[in-house]
Amino acid sequence: MSELLKVPTMAEFMAQGKQPEVLFWVGSAGSFDDRAKKITKAFVKILNSANVEFAVLGTEESCTGDIAKRAGNEFLFQMQAVTNIEVLNAYEVKKIVTCDPHSFNCLKNEYPGLGGNYEVLHHTQFIKELINSRRLAVQQDVYKDKRITFHDPCYLGRANNEYDAPRDLLKLINARIFEMRRHKQTALCCGAGGAQMFKEPEKGDMDINVLRTEDALETRPNIIATGCPYCNTMMTDGIKAKEKENDVVVMDVAELIANAQNL
Amino acid sequence: MEYLPNVLFAIALIVGIGYFTKNVKKLIRNIKLGQDVDVGGHKSQRWKNMAMIALGQSKMVNRPIAGILHIIVYVGFIIINIEVLEIIIDGLMGSHRIFSGIGALYGVLIGSFEVLAVLVFIAVVLFWVRRNIIRLKRFWNSEMTSWPKNDGNYILYFEMVLMTLFLIMNATDVHFQAMNSGNVVSQFIAAWFDGVSESGLHLIERSAWWLHILGILVFLNYLYFSKHLHILLAFPNTYYGKLVPKGQLNNLDSVTSEVKMMMDPNADPFATPAEGADTEEPAKFGASDVQDLNWVQLLNAYTCTECGRCTSACPANLTGKKLSPRKIMMDTRDRLEEVGKNIDANHGEFKDDGKQLLGDYVTHEELWACTTCNACVEECPVSIDPLSIILEMRRYLVMEQSAAPVELNNMMTNIENNGAPWPYNQMDRLNWKNE
Repeated sequence: MSELLKVPTMAEFMAQGKQPEVLFWVGSAGSFDDRAKKITKAFVKILNSANVEFAVLGTEESCTGDIAKRAGNEFLFQMQAVTNIEVLNAYEVKKIVTCDPHSFNCLKNEYPGLGGNYEVLHHTQFIKELINSRRLAVQQDVYKDKRITFHDPCYLGRANNEYDAPRDLLKLINARIFEMRRHKQTALCCGAGGAQMFKEPEKGDMDINVLRTEDALETRPNIIATGCPYCNTMMTDGIKAKEKENDVVVMDVAELIANAQNL
Repeated sequence: MEYLPNVLFAIALIVGIGYFTKNVKKLIRNIKLGQDVDVGGHKSQRWKNMAMIALGQSKMVNRPIAGILHIIVYVGFIIINIEVLEIIIDGLMGSHRIFSGIGALYGVLIGSFEVLAVLVFIAVVLFWVRRNIIRLKRFWNSEMTSWPKNDGNYILYFEMVLMTLFLIMNATDVHFQAMNSGNVVSQFIAAWFDGVSESGLHLIERSAWWLHILGILVFLNYLYFSKHLHILLAFPNTYYGKLVPKGQLNNLDSVTSEVKMMMDPNADPFATPAEGADTEEPAKFGASDVQDLNWVQLLNAYTCTECGRCTSACPANLTGKKLSPRKIMMDTRDRLEEVGKNIDANHGEFKDDGKQLLGDYVTHEELWACTTCNACVEECPVSIDPLSIILEMRRYLVMEQSAAPVELNNMMTNIENNGAPWPYNQMDRLNWKNE
C-alpha cells in the first residue's frame, strides 16, 4: 500500500529546480497521531489520483504554534510562526492546503501579520476545487443511502465561515445528510479546541465530546463525518463512551472521498 | 405663580439631563482607562455593521420569539419617544399638545403610538413571564442572582408603568378625547373613567403626564447603573466590533519585537537601547486587571445586557463547568466600576486596592475551561467578544506567571523541544509515509 503513496518534499522539488502546485501542510496531528495519519494518507491518495504536484515540508515542518497561542503562550506561538515563515518563504511557497482547521486558521489569518502571506485552503475546499475543475471524479454508489451527519469543526465553520465545502462533498457521494440540531453557526464544539485536547477538562457534569456525540446520535447516523483530526478523536471517544462503536463510525470527509473512489 | 409648573418642569429637565450627562462623562472616562487599540479604517463596513446589527437587530431574530418581542419593544421605544418631544415643549411653554395643530397627521401619529404602547406592554409582560414564570435557564445561571436578576425585572416594571401612564394620560385628556382622532386605544380606557368629574379627569391627566415625563427622566438616569445601557452602547459597540475572521486572534506586537530580536543573528543582546528609543518600562503581557484590556473590551463590558445567549451556547457552561462568558463580561464591568469609584475617591488617581480582575473576580478555573470555539462571539446580538478577554488573561497567566495547568506546560515544552505538542522527534515527522 505505502509504496503507492507519492509524497515528495519541498527539498526534492527545490533540488530539481521546480515549484509544486501546492504545499501540503501535514500538521503535528497528521504526522504523529495514529488516527490522523490515516486521514493524511487518504488525502495524499486523492492528491496522487488527481495528479496534483504537491510537496510536504517533511522534517522541516514544525508545529504552527496555534495551540500555544490559544493556551496564552504568545511567545512560543510567535517563535514557531517566525521559524515556519522563514522556511516557507525560503521555498517561495504561495499556496498551502491542510487537513487541520487549526493550522488552516493559523496559517491563513495569523501568519500574515508576521510576514507569512499565502493562499491557504482547507482540504475540503481543495478537493472541491479538484472536482470542479474535473481533475477528480467520485463514484456515487459506495456511500449511497448511508446516513451521514457532519460535525462542523469550530475553526473551519464559525472561525472562518466555511460551512459549504464539506457538505458539498458529502452530497457528491450521494449520502443522505442529516443535520444535527446544532449545526453550522450554532454547532457545538467537540471539546478539543483552545488547547483542551492536551489537558483534563475542568470539573463539570459531563464531557463536552459526550454531549456533542449525543447531538450526533440524535440523527441516527451510520457515519459521523468531520474535517478535523481533533474533532475526529473527540467524537470517536464520544462514540466509545456511548458504546456505539459497532453502529457508528467517525470519518474524515477526505477518507469518505478516497473510499468513494476505491483508492 | 402662573409660571410655577414651567419652572418646575425646567428644573426637573435640567437636573435629569445634567445628572445623566455627569454619569456619561464618567462612563467615557472609565472606558478610556483601557489600552489603545487600532480601530481605524473600514469605515463603510463598520457603519454597515452598526446599521444591520444594532439598528436592524439582525442577530436578535436568530432566536425568533425573543427576537420579535424585542423588536416590538425597540420600535415602540424609539417611536413613542417622538411624543416625549411634544411633552418637553408643552412642559416648557405651558402649551397643551402643541403638535395637535398639524391636523389629521397628529391623530395618525398618536394612534400609532397608542397601538405600539399596547404592543410594548404585552411584549414586556411576556418577557417578564419568560424570566419569572417559565424561568428560562439562561436567566437563572449562578451569576444571575441579586442585582442582575432584580435589574432585569425593574426594567420591565419601568416599561409597564411608563406605557400605562402614557395611555391613561391620553384617556383622561378630555380635550384629546373630544377631538376623537388618534384615540384608538385610549377611548376604551376612557370608558373606565366614566363618572369622574371633569376636574377629576384633569387631575388624573396632569398626574399621569407628570409621572410619565418624570419616569422617563428617572429611567434615563437608571441606565448608567443598569444592564439596560445597551440601548445606547449597542450602537458604538457594533461599530467597533471585530471585522476580521472570528478565528483570527491578535498577534501581540510587544512579543513580536522581542521574538524578532531573538531570531536576528546580528542582534547584540547586550546592546544599550539606541538613542531616543522607547525606554518605558517593559510591556506587561496579557491582562490581570481592567486597565490592561483595551478600551473596546471595556466598552463591550458596559454594553452587555446580560441576556445570556453566549452562556447558553458555551460548551463549557453546557457541560457544567464554571465558565460563563456572560459572567466574564459582568465581572469586567463590575471591576471597572470599582476602579472608577476608586479614582473618584482618590482625586482622579487610582490607588492600589489589592484587588484585580484576575483571581478576585474571574478564577483560573473559568479561564482554563474555554475551548476558544467562538460560540459566545457568534451568539452575541451586539458584537461583544468575551473570548478576547479570556485570552488576554490566559496570556498573563502563562507569560507573566507561568501558571498554566501542568499538562499544558508539558505540551508547550514539547513544542519548544521538538516542534510538536507530543514528545515525538521532529526528524520522524514524515515517517507516516512509509508506515
